[in-house]
Amino acid sequence: MEDMKTIYLILVLAPLAGSVIAGLFRNQIGKAGAHWVTILGVGVSFLLSAYVFWQHVMNGAPVFNENLYTWMVVDGLEMHVGFLVDNLTAMMITVVTFVSLMVHIYTVGYMAHEDGYQRFFSYISLFTFSMLMLVMSNNFLQLFFGWEAVGLVSYLLIGFYYKRETAIFANMKAFLVNRVGDFGFILGIAAIAMYFNSLDYAQVFSAAPDKAGETISIWGDSQWSLMTVICILLFIGAMGKSAQMPLHVWLPDSMEGPTPISALIHAATMVTAGIFMVARTSPLFELSETALSFVLIIGATTAFFMGLIGIVQNDIKRVVAYSTLSQLGYMVAALGASAYAAGLFHLMTHAFFKALLFLAAGSVIIGMHHNQDIRNMGGLRKYMKITWITALLGSLALIGFPGFSGFFSKDAIIEAVGYSQITGATYAHWLLVAGVFVTALYSFRMYFLVFHGKGPRDEHAKDHLKESPAVVTVPLILLAIPSVFIGWFAIEPMLFGDFFKGVLHVASAHDTLGEVGKTYHDQIGFISHGMMMLPFWLAMAGLAVAWYVYLMKPSIADGIRSRFDWLYRLLDRKYGFDEFNQAVFAGGSLFIGRLLWNVGDKTVIDGIAVNGSARSVGVLAQAVRWVQSGYLYHYAIAMILGLLGLLFWFVVR
Amino acid sequence: MSADWPILSAVIWLPVLGGLLVAFSGDRAPNVSRWLALVVAVLTFLLSLLLYTGFEMNTAAMQFQENIPWIESFQVNYHLGVDGISMPLIILTTFITILVIIAGWQVIQYKPSQYMAAFLIMEGVMVGVFSALDAMLFYVFWEAMLIPMFLIIGVWGGPNRVYATIKFFLYTFLGSVFMLVALIYMYFQSGSMSILDFHTLKLGLTEQILIFLAFLAAFAVKVPMWPVHTWLPDAHVEAPTGGSVILAAIMLKIGGYGFLRFSLPITPDASKELDWLIIGMSLIAVVYIGFVALVQQDMKKLIAYSSIAHMGFVTLGFFIAFIILAKPEVDSGVILGMQGGMVQMVSHGFISAAMFLCVGVLYDRMHSREISDYGGVVNTMPWFAAFMVFFAMANAGLPGTSGFVGEFMVIVASFRADFWLAFLAATTLIVGAAYTLWMVKRVIFGDIANDNVAALQDINKREALVLTSLAIAVLVLGLWPEPLIQIMDASIANLVNHIAVPKL
Repeated sequence: MEDMKTIYLILVLAPLAGSVIAGLFRNQIGKAGAHWVTILGVGVSFLLSAYVFWQHVMNGAPVFNENLYTWMVVDGLEMHVGFLVDNLTAMMITVVTFVSLMVHIYTVGYMAHEDGYQRFFSYISLFTFSMLMLVMSNNFLQLFFGWEAVGLVSYLLIGFYYKRETAIFANMKAFLVNRVGDFGFILGIAAIAMYFNSLDYAQVFSAAPDKAGETISIWGDSQWSLMTVICILLFIGAMGKSAQMPLHVWLPDSMEGPTPISALIHAATMVTAGIFMVARTSPLFELSETALSFVLIIGATTAFFMGLIGIVQNDIKRVVAYSTLSQLGYMVAALGASAYAAGLFHLMTHAFFKALLFLAAGSVIIGMHHNQDIRNMGGLRKYMKITWITALLGSLALIGFPGFSGFFSKDAIIEAVGYSQITGATYAHWLLVAGVFVTALYSFRMYFLVFHGKGPRDEHAKDHLKESPAVVTVPLILLAIPSVFIGWFAIEPMLFGDFFKGVLHVASAHDTLGEVGKTYHDQIGFISHGMMMLPFWLAMAGLAVAWYVYLMKPSIADGIRSRFDWLYRLLDRKYGFDEFNQAVFAGGSLFIGRLLWNVGDKTVIDGIAVNGSARSVGVLAQAVRWVQSGYLYHYAIAMILGLLGLLFWFVVR
Repeated sequence: MSADWPILSAVIWLPVLGGLLVAFSGDRAPNVSRWLALVVAVLTFLLSLLLYTGFEMNTAAMQFQENIPWIESFQVNYHLGVDGISMPLIILTTFITILVIIAGWQVIQYKPSQYMAAFLIMEGVMVGVFSALDAMLFYVFWEAMLIPMFLIIGVWGGPNRVYATIKFFLYTFLGSVFMLVALIYMYFQSGSMSILDFHTLKLGLTEQILIFLAFLAAFAVKVPMWPVHTWLPDAHVEAPTGGSVILAAIMLKIGGYGFLRFSLPITPDASKELDWLIIGMSLIAVVYIGFVALVQQDMKKLIAYSSIAHMGFVTLGFFIAFIILAKPEVDSGVILGMQGGMVQMVSHGFISAAMFLCVGVLYDRMHSREISDYGGVVNTMPWFAAFMVFFAMANAGLPGTSGFVGEFMVIVASFRADFWLAFLAATTLIVGAAYTLWMVKRVIFGDIANDNVAALQDINKREALVLTSLAIAVLVLGLWPEPLIQIMDASIANLVNHIAVPKL
């Protein structure tokens, strides 16, 4: 055990060391030094993760759950920093370090001519460290530390081009919207601390069944199930980080950051932290059907309605961003249907193919000299062969083409949700099914507009279009391999085997994946079964419509757009969330702030109370001064009047 | 435990005498005065570390006690001692003073020796406040504290310094007069001036309430709590950087300390009776002041308001105790809240000091505190920007920094008192981040706003040293708060046991 502990420590700290060196000694080590030291750190981390994965998954190493040091012990509440390594952790760290390594290598090419090269490497290594702390935590406190630390790095990276007003607006927005989620999250943690008197996963989960019947009163006398309150509060945190409606608004804007981090942070890893968290806390969520319904409905709504927006986007990165939102919705819906394994399975396949799609988009952006509008592209397959093929593979995986990784994971989710009996399951099921058509439509709209058709519509682009260098294309190829094959190999152990045994907890009444498993025999059977189902045909229909409308007869697209102008405008304005938040929350806060400051502080407290009492002392002094005139006859008459008064008083009495 | 030699007296009088020496050294050789001041400050800090190394963790009793008669006819003694509540605050004081001396090294060219002297004397007096166990001695230090600060703002302050100093002086003085009356009343009741005797003094509820309100007048102004907070933004704006640092990092803590040393143990029943008042004022501080901070145009005012909001957590953490104690089904959380308030005080000492120093760094270069005069500072001052963003994140309570620890503890504790208390307290996660990051966005990020920003020079080694020291303190306390918790544990537990028993 001790040597494993050392391995875990090195695994986590290697990227941190790389980050600190690249950040603090950026001038001494130069550009090459910065990328070598960080790639070395993450590389070490990846190799160790692979070893850990091997040990845990293949060799059945026992679950590791140990504290490293005591953060604090106060009032009987013990808080530690420690690691929990089981199959779930092993999978997460392998995915995180692999994608991170790919992105590190890719960045060497992507950022070659940018300012702040060392700073960028320092940030992404710091991110890798934070993400590892998050997924390896054995308690809620450290989870929250990692949670906010990845948020910090996301903030720094979205605002990487700090001269751009849009970038520094987007990063502040991202941080604040995430803070709204964290507001719920921290209350959830406070509730756990109160009712379990522990923040340690193992202790909380083992005590959870006893607390299933407890209620708490929040408003008046109405009683709420404790588990429902805790789970919904925790899930609000997940809604922020995993960008679920209505807290999704920050993710599209986060595309202001450089493309490599969009792939790493805003597609493959950080945004899936919410999914990871809910799956990790499945012993709690299983105790509240209300919370599960809430999760399911939010997830399915996000999956469908965010996908729709993807159809009208013209910025290549924003199409992929809305696709990410939609896919995160699928994962969340899986969690709501208690198909945690399917959600995690989709998390893994999505990490590969979405990182691939983002990096391919980045490669296109390099080729187009940072022109990101897909209306200016077209015919790029002739110029960028590797980017083209890998992007095609990624798109097929995304729409769930049979045999590709995304097919297995998405079909499993849709089927599992179909078996779910909880409130909202029917609604969710139909949105997810319809979402398949939408996914295929926006994915292949982008694919055809970028890679097919006649040459780039921007004539100048022809002069400089060429395939990106090997540091860019090699990561694409390496990511394409799992995007295609991982589903085939992983479906059996992850969904129907005992990969997550003892990690995920599913109540027998919610065992939707078990229902799916009853008809499962092998991959071929799963594929042929899937090809007889509606989602497959919807995907094909979406692909065909995209091909016909955007490649063959572009006039149709314009026709539809003018015919359904209201719908287009609604989608183009993203349902008006941004305007609403800007007016109500941002504007409202400033209004309240000004009101309290001007009226409360300046007028009432300072104006009336403080300076007012100072003035009244002044006024009183003025009055009294009039009496103290200094003239003898004034004093004399005062004395006489006083004496007369006294006499009068004596006589009358 | 009584010390073999009077460490506490040394920590009080070394800087006071050193300060007088620095003042008399004059300005003929300013560097000599500066070095002398620095040596005194460092020696004082090292001496104060003896309090930590020799500290007995598992007792709530006063340590390093010194007790000699002072005015015998009134039973007034020169009685000093520290426990787990005051000891960390003393080390915070001696640590921050070094940084203030270094930060004022070059910037203060007008009467530098007297400037340094004022801070050293201030340091000794503040340590005196934290270690006095005799009420009269406490009161003397308490009022003496006003004089150097009055001079610091009045002599080295900004254009509107006269208004600010008078407001500061009258506000705080008015509050302390009530406290003096309460102290004298208790002297007549107990025949002793010892604070520890006051703790065990039997008092009726009406007496307690009057005494509590008298103390509240003194401490609420110092903290400051809404609605007696309006002197703070004015004082900060006019004070020189060093003055703001001491004000925010140490002087505000004296108010919080007063609640723990006087209000809670002397008048526990009144505290219980009036806890709604303090909790209400604390929550208003957190929420109301947060919104007010959002609309500030002046960086120092913004940080001043942010200080008030953060100090709201301190008083909230102290006074939710009574709600939790009244709930039989909740068996813990009182200590958590009080410890959280204490951690928040220490942490705020570091972070507010750092934030005011950051503004000072900018002010020294541009002579403006207006946010709108800045923009794109990161382009010309990248290292400074890194520090400022780091401290801003700490101010917004990012986990891993000290700013998180206290707020987290208080939120967790207040959840045990009431869901809605925790709910309102936790809004700071959003509002606190909003005002801090919005300021950072407008000052640090963006393209270079004007020629003045374009001409900025990044921080020099001296400034880097100061900011690095604070950054390390913020990180260490954030990543490993356990040592601080251990220091305070016995004293806080003792206090909680004390207030749980009615005095009536």
